[in-house]
Amino acid sequence: MAIDSRLLEEELAGLDALDLEEDKPVDRLAKVWSALWPKLAAVFLAVAAWQLTVWSHWRPEYVLPSPVRVLGQLGNLLGEGEFYRAIAITLRRALTGYALAVLVGTLVGASVARVRPLRTAVGSLITGLQTMPSIAWFPLAILLFQLSESAILFVVVLGAAPSIANGLIAGVDHVPPLLLRAGRVLGASGLRLYRHVILPASLPSFVAGLKQGWAFAWRSLMAGELLVILANRPSIGARLQFARELSDAPALLALMIVVLLIGIVVDGVFNQVDGHIRRRRGLTAGA
Amino acid sequence: MTLTVEDLVSVAPAVGINAVSKAYGRGPDAVRALDRVSLDVRAGEFVCLVGASGCGKTTLLNLVAGLDSPTLGTIDTGGRRTGLMFQEAALFPWLTAGANVELALELRGVRSRTERREQAAELLERVHLRGAADQRPHELSGGMRQRVALARALAQDAEVLLMDEPFGALDAMTRDLLHDELERLWSTTGLTVVFVTHNVREAARLGDRIVLLTSRPGRVAASYDVDIPRPRRIESREVAALAADVTDRLRSEVRRHGH
Repeated sequence: MAIDSRLLEEELAGLDALDLEEDKPVDRLAKVWSALWPKLAAVFLAVAAWQLTVWSHWRPEYVLPSPVRVLGQLGNLLGEGEFYRAIAITLRRALTGYALAVLVGTLVGASVARVRPLRTAVGSLITGLQTMPSIAWFPLAILLFQLSESAILFVVVLGAAPSIANGLIAGVDHVPPLLLRAGRVLGASGLRLYRHVILPASLPSFVAGLKQGWAFAWRSLMAGELLVILANRPSIGARLQFARELSDAPALLALMIVVLLIGIVVDGVFNQVDGHIRRRRGLTAGA
Repeated sequence: MTLTVEDLVSVAPAVGINAVSKAYGRGPDAVRALDRVSLDVRAGEFVCLVGASGCGKTTLLNLVAGLDSPTLGTIDTGGRRTGLMFQEAALFPWLTAGANVELALELRGVRSRTERREQAAELLERVHLRGAADQRPHELSGGMRQRVALARALAQDAEVLLMDEPFGALDAMTRDLLHDELERLWSTTGLTVVFVTHNVREAARLGDRIVLLTSRPGRVAASYDVDIPRPRRIESREVAALAADVTDRLRSEVRRHGH
């Protein structure tokens, strides 16, 4: 008697169906709300604390204005053409610097991860660079490039590239050995092993590095724009500095909120990408 | 009757393991994983290797797969392709089930994309996973993942399938069905299978031959021909009786290490 193939097929199909979880209905609205309300509550608490501090007269109103005044100032800013020009200049610097940092970081990370002597030589240096405050680079940057766009770019790249390189190195280091073995069994070696196994396996860590790199780029850029103020180049940082010089507290705080918001929005984009990768690979709890 | 060339070719083993030793490290501290292991596996034969921990089974499979080379002795697969399956499915989590099989085809050198897609669908069909091509590994059950891994190993167009405890992490019911599935695939394709397991009953259920390895270092201790007619059931009396014999011998081997 041969194995009854049809019976076996039915049994396997039955077991497969039982093994797989049933899709639970998802209430989208409830999901959005459960993600939203803690954020709203946090914003409310922060604004409330701010308002209470103002009411306590800890500092005079012209130094620490109330949330309502700052929001009003923010509204004025949003109606101003010059403000958008400043944002555009700042964002262009951020994107150029970040793109360069991604390029440099990826190249350095990939070579350091692959070449062992290079790793021994500069592996810890990269981590060291990562912990170095970017503001400490500015005196040198200004000496090298004078007060110029290049000085800002230099520091932004130096701030962001180490994190990006480190993310890639960590990703390559932590490729599960079993997957490497599986790749070799399938006949992949050298560059093909890199392309089909090592790089895709290190993607989540690389994205984490990209995200951290962005945070460092944004911080370095803000520091740079406060220090390197160029004529006819209004930027968020320059406006922040002017607001301080003019003791325009509401404008200063409004600009800080803008800096914070841009940071949060970009972080949100990274989180979306990260979440997408994790969901596809089944790395999230309850996915 | 005279022997023809064809007869001689078919007599040559699919896998010839000749006095293979493998040691890690050098000098008195070297760890001997395998000690003069000799084993011939005929083409189309299903051989089960059983042994306790430390019998060097993973080392042996790595050597046959060509991932590592022996310290002494030779391994001859006559240029046959080998496929290797592990206890874990080791599927790439960033690819769908279908794409995992397609990657194996691509690495084997199948150039055309449409051809890869068609062949992958066919291979998944052969392990009864027609509908799972677009699913990702984490969406599949353990048994389904192992079948995708089997399809991926078949995609290598291997004549010799090496299996390293492939069903060790599955529940009994799934394992039982996968035994049937593997037996069916093996009997319809003429594959040569080298199957490593801790589970002596599984070996008696599946193998044409059971080879018992000692531990530290791994040596061939005994070999049992399995004459039980197929299809077999793991519950059958004959399987149980043979498994009892092999287990007794295995235990006496393990006892040697208790002193």
